[in-house]
Amino acid sequence: MKKILNAVQVQTAVKRLFEAVVDQLPADRPIAVVGIRTRGETLAARIVEFLRAQGRTVEHGVLDITFYRDDLSRSRGAPLVKATEINFDLDNAWTLLVDDVLQTGRSIRAALDALHDFGRPSVVRLAVLIDRGGRELPIAADFVGKTIKAAPQDRVQVRLEENDGEEAVYIIKKD
Amino acid sequence: MAKKLSTSSRKTKSVPAQAAAEPAPEALVWRRKDLLGLDELSPAEITHILDTAETFKEVSTRSIKKVPALRGKVVALMFFEDSTRTRMSFELAASRLSADTLLFTSKGSSVTKGETTLDTARNVAAMGVDIFVIRHGQSGAPHLLASNLQASVVNAGDGSHEHPTQGLLDIFTMRQRLGGIEGLKVALVGDIAHSRVARSNILGLTKLGAQVTVVGPPTLVPAAIASMGCTVCTSLDEVLGEVDVINMLRIQFERFGGGLFPSLREYSRLYGMNGQRLKRCKKDVLIMHPGPINRGVEITSDVADGPNSCILQQVTNGLAIRMAVLYLVSQGNE
Repeated sequence: MKKILNAVQVQTAVKRLFEAVVDQLPADRPIAVVGIRTRGETLAARIVEFLRAQGRTVEHGVLDITFYRDDLSRSRGAPLVKATEINFDLDNAWTLLVDDVLQTGRSIRAALDALHDFGRPSVVRLAVLIDRGGRELPIAADFVGKTIKAAPQDRVQVRLEENDGEEAVYIIKKD
Repeated sequence: MAKKLSTSSRKTKSVPAQAAAEPAPEALVWRRKDLLGLDELSPAEITHILDTAETFKEVSTRSIKKVPALRGKVVALMFFEDSTRTRMSFELAASRLSADTLLFTSKGSSVTKGETTLDTARNVAAMGVDIFVIRHGQSGAPHLLASNLQASVVNAGDGSHEHPTQGLLDIFTMRQRLGGIEGLKVALVGDIAHSRVARSNILGLTKLGAQVTVVGPPTLVPAAIASMGCTVCTSLDEVLGEVDVINMLRIQFERFGGGLFPSLREYSRLYGMNGQRLKRCKKDVLIMHPGPINRGVEITSDVADGPNSCILQQVTNGLAIRMAVLYLVSQGNE
């Protein structure tokens, strides 16, 4: 397990996300920020707090994509699934989807399916803290905190204060 | 074999989160292929089903009340006994999970030509079924199927043995209405001897820390039931003021030939829930019934349709519980 970003570097990457997102916000449409559980949810909450501090009106949602995954039939056992929380109208909203790590793109594909069960956003943009490469689907992030290179078999683990008590990014080498 | 532990009108109501979606290594992960009864489940596993059902309640509030979790899977509903609520609830649950369903009822089937239950199930399994939901008059029939089939098996009621999803939805409703199970005082009233609902309730509730009292005439309450960790009482009036929940059970006329109590009128007078008795209960007592109700026998209409009753809420919650169970056994099947 190797630390590749420390707390300062993580905060720099998060700040980069904030600034990139705020530059792109439309002035004429409702805005929604939807985090993918679990750490995407935390990052989305931070983005919402930042945007609201800038005086923007932003809806905030949380998405659990478990039931939409394309590898459910290959999973072994079921950890607890948490509810999706989208308590607002997604129709015609400029929607920012937030996740911690982008790799194959399959989670994002599942998230887009889930999102469209709640409405038809006018635009969906993707913000990720870490883009580690290794795409298996034609999906790209619009806003990236930090791009890194990791071997396909390795795991990239984002740790955030709210979830894990520290701010860091680790690479866990597979033996 | 199963192993033990190792989102309306475009709007949803949020459900409080209970655990991380990416669990810590020590978090419980469901690994059972089958759900045959609450007897075999740990308190943590029961809670896991209840918490998963909370998530599925949210799905039922969406404008598109469907998730693709079981897309491409086949659920066979094998009902060798009559059923309305349970069968429809499982059918809708499977449909909401995007599974295909096959419905089997023994009336008009090859069972009438002498085919055994296991042969029937094996033939249906050969069509590529992933989950069997079975209701059968013989206790243990789901266990027989589970040990002979690769597919998952869910017990939808077997003889006088267990009805786990009814027990789970009853417990889920109590938790929802009263905030928790531990320390609750629950009375199960009526035909305990023939009731699979009573057994599943006793097993689940006692595992989660509730105090259960079974109430009924001595002919319908076997003395051995006390060994399951509940108290036995023959007078309903004695327990009325003490309990938080009264679960009225249906008299299972189809399982005995009569003669266990003098008359329905007398049974109703001694063990029926009515407005007079309700006045002697705690103000916010929960009145439950698994259905179908014999109105005027186990419970009068003013109570069944009154504010303390949660009979229809039980039915609503049954859908979420069955969605959770179908999803979990499909994930637990290796």
